[in-house]
Amino acid sequence: MIDRRGFLTTAAAAASGALAAPRLSLAADSKTLRFIPQANLANLDPIWTTQYVVRNGSLLIWDMLYGVNEKLEPQPQMVEAHEASGDFKTWTFRLRPGLKFHDGEPVRARDAVASINRWMARDATMGGVIKKRLDALEAVDDRTFRFRLNQPYPKMLFALGKSSTPTLFIMPERIAATDPFKQISEYVGSGPMRFKRDEWVPGAKAIFERFDGYVPRAEKADWLSGGKRIHFERIEWQIVPDGATASAALQNGEVDWWETPLPDLVPLLRQSANVAVDIADPLGNIGSFRINHLYPPFNDVRARRAVQIAVNQEDYMSAVVGDDQSLWKTLPGFFTPDTPLYTEFGGEALKGKRDYELAKQLLADSGYKNEPVILLVATDVAITKAQGDVTADLLKRIGVNVQYQALDWGTVGQRRAKKDPPSEGGWNIFHTWHAGADCVNPAPYIALDCSGPSAWFGWPKSDLVQAKIAAWYDAPDLAAEKQAIAELNKAAMDHVVYVPTGFFKGYQAWRKNISGVVKAPFPVFWDVTKA
Amino acid sequence: MFAYIARRIASTIPVVLLVALFVFSLLYIAPGDPAAIIAGDQATPADVDRIRASLGLDRPFLVRFFDWFWHILQGDLGTSIFTNLPVTHMIAQRIEPTLSLMMLTLILSLTLAIPMGVLAAWKHGTWIDRTVMMVAVLGFSTPVFVIGYVLAYVFALRLDWLPVQGFTSISEGLIPFLRNLILPSVALGLVYMALIARITRATMLDVLSQDYIRTAKAKGVGQRGMLFVHALKNAAVPIVTIVGIGFAALIGGAVVTESVFAIPGLGRLTVDAILRRDYPVIQGVVLLFSFAYVLVNLGVDLLYTLFDPRIRY
Repeated sequence: MIDRRGFLTTAAAAASGALAAPRLSLAADSKTLRFIPQANLANLDPIWTTQYVVRNGSLLIWDMLYGVNEKLEPQPQMVEAHEASGDFKTWTFRLRPGLKFHDGEPVRARDAVASINRWMARDATMGGVIKKRLDALEAVDDRTFRFRLNQPYPKMLFALGKSSTPTLFIMPERIAATDPFKQISEYVGSGPMRFKRDEWVPGAKAIFERFDGYVPRAEKADWLSGGKRIHFERIEWQIVPDGATASAALQNGEVDWWETPLPDLVPLLRQSANVAVDIADPLGNIGSFRINHLYPPFNDVRARRAVQIAVNQEDYMSAVVGDDQSLWKTLPGFFTPDTPLYTEFGGEALKGKRDYELAKQLLADSGYKNEPVILLVATDVAITKAQGDVTADLLKRIGVNVQYQALDWGTVGQRRAKKDPPSEGGWNIFHTWHAGADCVNPAPYIALDCSGPSAWFGWPKSDLVQAKIAAWYDAPDLAAEKQAIAELNKAAMDHVVYVPTGFFKGYQAWRKNISGVVKAPFPVFWDVTKA
Repeated sequence: MFAYIARRIASTIPVVLLVALFVFSLLYIAPGDPAAIIAGDQATPADVDRIRASLGLDRPFLVRFFDWFWHILQGDLGTSIFTNLPVTHMIAQRIEPTLSLMMLTLILSLTLAIPMGVLAAWKHGTWIDRTVMMVAVLGFSTPVFVIGYVLAYVFALRLDWLPVQGFTSISEGLIPFLRNLILPSVALGLVYMALIARITRATMLDVLSQDYIRTAKAKGVGQRGMLFVHALKNAAVPIVTIVGIGFAALIGGAVVTESVFAIPGLGRLTVDAILRRDYPVIQGVVLLFSFAYVLVNLGVDLLYTLFDPRIRY
């Protein structure tokens, strides 16, 4: 018979044995990848919402007609071949044979047509332009569809394969027929992974399972192009909202790959023998000091220039990403550095020593009379909070009566849409950032649009900027594109459409038993393996 | 008694109704726009307007309220704006982790805090009393997330005994279930434990100075019997009260704990919903919590009769 002391000893030994047992995550097979995405995957309609995390999840589920490679060149993906008329008004596409949806149905041209129609209704930039120029979009047969346009559109392939949101994914016709302003209710994909809706716990986990019917292309994978070969049976997205917890989970082997580690935690991750850290997205991000052009003082270009010549990008970037100088650089322009169209032409105002006295003079010349300037700061987002704090200090230095309004991002999202005067619930300045992938040319670059009332928040209006954007659309070759972009950069700088606060990158981190992780503006799961 | 219970349950209906109206009004006047969040940064203002209209968010307050309330009466908490899933389904997905966390926290707290409080009162003024009070003050004044990080660092990263995050259902085995919940329960329970230990000590000190205790001692009642049978039972009413009141603190603490330990519970669901302005989810979860709080307080009131026969309903 066991006595009390004996029972306690046995129980303690059993408990410690159980506690010290190998963690399930360590024993997990190499066919499951555990991934912490940048944000919660709250839905999976990449047309209804333009959030990047939804686009990233959708890349697993749905395939695209074209996909960009790391040189940002659109490459055929679901398309086998295309033919463009000499005047770029007729585009004919033929789908690859053997493409299947996850319900086993073949992918037909009419599915592509319905998907394109839904995408065009929501893509304000490239899709919207195509729609305006469209005479007809028709399925010629089961594998062929055709655009007939009333104006040339040389950038068609880039439009169909662009990675910026909303991205064109091919869905079954019945799903793509959903009103583009309403959410789809089925997730029948055309891509390499099926979405396990029955295991989905929004805010906690999203599970993807390999689709055996997917036929990858023969070419080597390169970003969104080539053969999308998945080496896992399951990919589990685990939503871990707390950075410190995500860091500990990665070090502890409970997850395999973390998309966006916080810069502050990177030194800690680097100390771990089992964790690798590297730049996530070579195209990085551009910080934005967004100005309301409708109301004083910033309806006067002199007031906008006052801010422009006072902005010190080094201050902003240090506040956003800290002391790691490999993560940022100054950016005297609007376009993504190290991409084919990058230019600094016209960017002198953002270079050299900052001149606060001249800024004060410009403000006075603009007629500024110390009226309150409303600065909306989303304090729950580290990047916007850091930029907002630097701006508040900057505005005080140049004699602006700044009203710092600390809000959450949800409220900033609502307030920035208000066209009311700042004194009646409107605003003068807010901060955000743009993914570098969206700033490689004017097509996905909604923040540069200067069409006035229909432009992005701040509603800048400049016929010159619009003319330069149109010149890029019609540019027949790279040299002409570069010329148009240089002139556009200067025009947008002179008009101070917004003030870039610098170019910055982020990290990604993964366990060292994972290989094949590449640098890209989105997580690329194909060709990733786990030892 | 049964009439009392029926009356109390009936009285929860206006309370829950008021909570419903309050929460709905609060969300209506609170700034923020789910349509802007759904549309994202790349969308145009016109797109945001169309999404808002498609979600019915441009309808007048009373129309929206009565529509929501009519569905509530039919047991339908609505559909999440973002996930397109029924709120009841989302709550059902999340209730097990939260209930498990709260129950384990409650068990741990009561098991440790009551003996600690009794001990501190019995050894009043000694180093034992001071140690217990020091632990209580520390537990009370240290934020849950700090305790959580320290526990995760020591027991997961350094000692490699327990996982840092996540939740395993009890249906997958008791040991995996406990491995995931021990750290969060301790982190959440420390505050609760401190609260109960302090009130137990204070109440016991009061009871131990009563005449009948002295009489019991004089009659030769043993120390254990005197403390746990005679004194503790008479000190139980304030302790049970504080356990009930502390339930609200437990709900608040669960929100933080679930975030720190990435537990997919109702607390995280609430935070996510608030940040996204997912109104039906916020309303559903708040209603559920308020209903649970009312029921816990009813339970506390009923327990009074168990500990104090003079109380009659």
